[in-house]
Amino acid sequence: MDKEVFEHQININRRHFFKKAAMGMGGVALGSLMIPDLFTGSNKTAIQPTLGLKHFASKAKRIIMLTQNGAPSQLESFDYKPKLRDMFGQELPDSVRGEQRLTGMTANQKSYPLVGSKVDFKQYGKSGTYISDLFPNIAKITDDICVIKSMHTDAINHDPALTFLQTGSQVGSRPSMGSWLSYGLGSENKNLPAFCVLLSKGKGNGQGVYSKLWGNGFLDSTHQGVQLSASEDPILYLKNPKGMDADSRRKMLNHLGSLNELGLEEFGDPEIKAKIKQYEMAYRMQTAVPEITDVSKEPDHIKKMYGPDSMIPGTYAANCLLARKLSESGVRFVQLYHQGWDQHGNLVNEMGSQAKDVDQASAALITDLKQRGLLDETLVIWGGEFGRTNYCQGKLTKDNYGRDHHPRCYSLFMAGGGVKAGTSYGKTDELGYNIVENPVHIHDLQATIMHLMGLDHEKLTYKHLGRRFRLTDVHGHVVKGIIA
Amino acid sequence: MKHFYYTFLVLLSISSCQKNNNDYVKIPEKKVPKIVDYNFDVRPILSDKCFNCHGPDAKKRSADLRLDTSEGAYSKLKETPNKYAIVPNKPKESEVYNRIISKDTMQVMPPPDSHLSLSNYEKKIIKKWIEQGADYKTHWSFLPVSKPTLPNITSKNKINNEIDYFIIDKLNQLELEPNQKADKERLLKRVSFDITGLPPTIEMQNKFLTDTSPNAYEKIVEELLTSKHYGEKMASSWLDVARYADSHGYQDDDLRTMWPWRDWVIHAFNENYGYDKFVTWQLAGDLLPNKNLEALLATGFNRNNKINQEGGIIVEEFRIETLTDRTNTFGKAFLGLTLECAKCHDHKYDPISQKEYYSTFAFFEKTPYRAHAGGVAKTLAEKPFIDISSQLIKDSLPFLNKKSYENVKSMVMEERDEVRNTHLLERGAYDAKGEVVTHNLPKSILNFDKTKFSSNRLGMSKWLFDRQNPLTSRVYVNRIWQEFFGIGIVKTLGDFGMQGDLPTHVELLNWLSSDFIENGWNIKRLVKKIVTSATYKQATVISQEKMAIDPDNRYLSRMSRLRYSSEMIRDHVLASSGLLNTEIGGRSVKVYQPEGMWKATSSGRGLLSSYVQDHGSDLYKRGIYIFIKRTTLPPVQMFFDANTRDQCEVNRQSTMTPLQALIMLNDPTVLEAARVLSEKLVLKNSSPEKNIEIAFRKVLCRNIKPEEKTIFLDYYSKQEALFKSDPKRAEDFITIGEFPSKKDRDVIKVAALMQIIHTMYNMEETIIKS
Repeated sequence: MDKEVFEHQININRRHFFKKAAMGMGGVALGSLMIPDLFTGSNKTAIQPTLGLKHFASKAKRIIMLTQNGAPSQLESFDYKPKLRDMFGQELPDSVRGEQRLTGMTANQKSYPLVGSKVDFKQYGKSGTYISDLFPNIAKITDDICVIKSMHTDAINHDPALTFLQTGSQVGSRPSMGSWLSYGLGSENKNLPAFCVLLSKGKGNGQGVYSKLWGNGFLDSTHQGVQLSASEDPILYLKNPKGMDADSRRKMLNHLGSLNELGLEEFGDPEIKAKIKQYEMAYRMQTAVPEITDVSKEPDHIKKMYGPDSMIPGTYAANCLLARKLSESGVRFVQLYHQGWDQHGNLVNEMGSQAKDVDQASAALITDLKQRGLLDETLVIWGGEFGRTNYCQGKLTKDNYGRDHHPRCYSLFMAGGGVKAGTSYGKTDELGYNIVENPVHIHDLQATIMHLMGLDHEKLTYKHLGRRFRLTDVHGHVVKGIIA
Repeated sequence: MKHFYYTFLVLLSISSCQKNNNDYVKIPEKKVPKIVDYNFDVRPILSDKCFNCHGPDAKKRSADLRLDTSEGAYSKLKETPNKYAIVPNKPKESEVYNRIISKDTMQVMPPPDSHLSLSNYEKKIIKKWIEQGADYKTHWSFLPVSKPTLPNITSKNKINNEIDYFIIDKLNQLELEPNQKADKERLLKRVSFDITGLPPTIEMQNKFLTDTSPNAYEKIVEELLTSKHYGEKMASSWLDVARYADSHGYQDDDLRTMWPWRDWVIHAFNENYGYDKFVTWQLAGDLLPNKNLEALLATGFNRNNKINQEGGIIVEEFRIETLTDRTNTFGKAFLGLTLECAKCHDHKYDPISQKEYYSTFAFFEKTPYRAHAGGVAKTLAEKPFIDISSQLIKDSLPFLNKKSYENVKSMVMEERDEVRNTHLLERGAYDAKGEVVTHNLPKSILNFDKTKFSSNRLGMSKWLFDRQNPLTSRVYVNRIWQEFFGIGIVKTLGDFGMQGDLPTHVELLNWLSSDFIENGWNIKRLVKKIVTSATYKQATVISQEKMAIDPDNRYLSRMSRLRYSSEMIRDHVLASSGLLNTEIGGRSVKVYQPEGMWKATSSGRGLLSSYVQDHGSDLYKRGIYIFIKRTTLPPVQMFFDANTRDQCEVNRQSTMTPLQALIMLNDPTVLEAARVLSEKLVLKNSSPEKNIEIAFRKVLCRNIKPEEKTIFLDYYSKQEALFKSDPKRAEDFITIGEFPSKKDRDVIKVAALMQIIHTMYNMEETIIKS
């Protein structure tokens, strides 16, 4: 509540802030793109800019979310179902399917033949967790991760499901998880946004991404995710135009500053002061961001660990490496997307190439963080927006098949940040269709992520159009079973 | 958001001592007013802290107790016999009071697990209200609009029209003085942007500055209101309300062609259609007794919703989603209510039942929806649509600006020929059909009298514009007010319900709303009333005192310094440099945009998977015509707080981020404008000083001050020297944008002046309606 009122005053109208600052109130959290110097303006009481608002102590400080966009099949990755192989081609029993609705793509299919994973599974780590052969590198770090096999969601199509995963609502226009964290905890680095987004594409059947996935919704725009691209302009319009170097830019800003000071004298509007700071932060970002995004100076053993793709900008591997650098520099939330996981057909081949894109770098990221002693305070999340059906979509052959969307169960894994490493959580039935133990709903996942970051998902609210909104709407329970 | 309300009380209590309190270190505790008003003092507390469990939602009601009605609050408690929630005049016998002051965690209300609590001040208010009889009153915005008399103001010298009476009256209570009138130059810039979204030309500046007649300002206002650019400016915010875009939304986000509808909106504002006609045509233009193609085109309003082209769409689920979007838009756009809250359960705060939600929904039951999954056909539109040919434009829709020979298809409304019952949907789930409901609209707003209103969208519209409907005019007037003053009289533009902000000037809002209705919902008249008020014409200077007392400027003792909208920023840059293409309407244009933005997010399917930029004069059209791809917004819109057009929005934020500085510094649009203006001026062979003066007048819309000129001249000479020493750098710098460069330009001079002009574009004041 205090937070809400306070944030209101800062964000809805910065003028309030100046008034409060003069009164010496503490505890300000900075937004993703807030201008830090603004908040130390008073000579009476310097405000600690990154104090944030934690509801309780927690280990995790930052999140890297490796979103596998398109929904990778749990049956070829983390949910081992040998029985499905035995029942190859047999009809999905009605008793198992129950009242599950089907997408428009398979609702009219004449039969629903079961199909097991073409790929083999082996057991790994102290826990003996089954992981498919498509992910040999992730398999090697089994003792560092916690696999949740009982994820489920409300949505059955990509856009609503991804939107639900990131914003807690299917309709869009609500703040993304990263925005909520920026709002709740602020930024750790005054030259970088608190919430960064990285995109890459695989060769598999692709589903787009949408800027609403990192939108700030009704929160202040300072909390919006900032997309970093692989181009020479890692942030839009970061680079000075031709014919203007950093020195010229500095001189220009000096003159601009003097002109704006004249305006400040005339109008007495603190917004003008804010504007001057806004330009100064932009200037600092011009230096800081390219330094961060340049991964070429990483030592050879790191490059080797992430794989050769890591030196090709815009690949998943390069983004994983960049995610580590951003996170290490204090970026609160790195949201990474890899497209191409929508295997309605040709699953065996496409899954293979998708897994190849991400396996080594995903594992390298976790290992890298661990070696730097950062894994404890960084929460890594790997997974998609829903699961895939245990029956075949389209033509079933011995060597290939496809799988439709399946919201009723799927797998994802987490690592670091206070998560119980080397464990699995939740169980599905032997046909991999229904959850039989410890279901984890999207809202539960979100509640748990917030919890791991020291925030109570019921308390981090924002009042908008008459009601207090939160990431988890009116739902969500913290999944205690996965917390170390 | 009782924010204002607290501020107000704080103001009252400190207003006597503020003048010698320069530190503003301490805000005294809020004082409880002598007479407590239910609507303004009590209900905000009850609504925010109690109604969630003891309010209108029958299903979630605890202990079968409701506190939002007097019957509920005065009757015997069901679970504690012989006790009453509220006994008027007797707080100590009222359980409500006993519970809120209880120290027992098992007893105290609100319960600790709600994370809500009452402040001491709030407890005192409740106590006093009960002492004074615990009167319940109808929510202010649900009372019919009646025209109040003007407050009695003794000194009339600060008054220009009715608006000022109400504003001055409140300022007097707060012991605040309004600011002086703004200087002519700044006033002209302000009003020009507010009415047309464009800067005043130098000719207009000269005319106004030299016109010493007493009605010089009125003449300018009149001129601006007849400008064809007025419609474009007014349409901008309506496109937010209507969730207009040039793509279907969702993952594949393919091309659609709804721009003829957008052009109609501009046309309607320029023709000054009454708000009643404007809305009726959009909501029910297909149902008018006399068929009318223009009105049919207007119904595209409710076809602007997103279309999901995923192959896996479940038809019924998406049908419900489409109709839900139309129902919610109706609630937010016209009634300023959070109607959508009643989709899954009775509204928690406002007297709108879930049944009423679906009775409202019933009006859209027969409207078009997708009956299949997958991509939209090559027509770029789904049926029903108007197939607009050049002949059709000539005959019936002359305001459309279609250049290509191909027909363009604009989606419209029509009643589907199918019999469907509307069901209440349990928990809002599309497949959980509950009881059948019939057409109806929320009773607490206005009874939907079926002898008076037909049970279709036309009847719905008649109900909206019935003289007894308390919301329609208040909501619209308030939104228009915000466009000019930055904050609505009711701050929550989209929530006039119990949880919404209370109006700062309820009488003023009532006066304006009645006046609006009495004058045939005349929008231009309303705009004129606002901009000719003394309140609007004030200077924006902020004294320390006013900053401390009224930082948000809710009481308007000065004019607010408001940043331009994303559209205005672009338009200003283009217009002041002479690049603007002033053509009205036409297909949306793809202007400069960093490479790869669409590609990075696209699924790779459809016509919009990669960005194909336009060239020539299309590059210089106004911001309102920039192509909006929903999943990847144009950067200027993303950075400057434009809406995503996913759903109806009635408000935009105004934030400040470093990305805004970066776009102003490095966007080729701004750099090119600086280059083109520089070339033009340098060619005239005047002195640098003269050129700086002219450029400044174009960009800042006022004459340059000597101290500003000193800075620019100093900067100019340094830049000129720098470019002279390195002509390659100058050449690089001025090689920007596709607009053809002048032959034989003096590269050094153009570069140096371009740098100066570009700096002007980055000045804080440039994009402020100061």
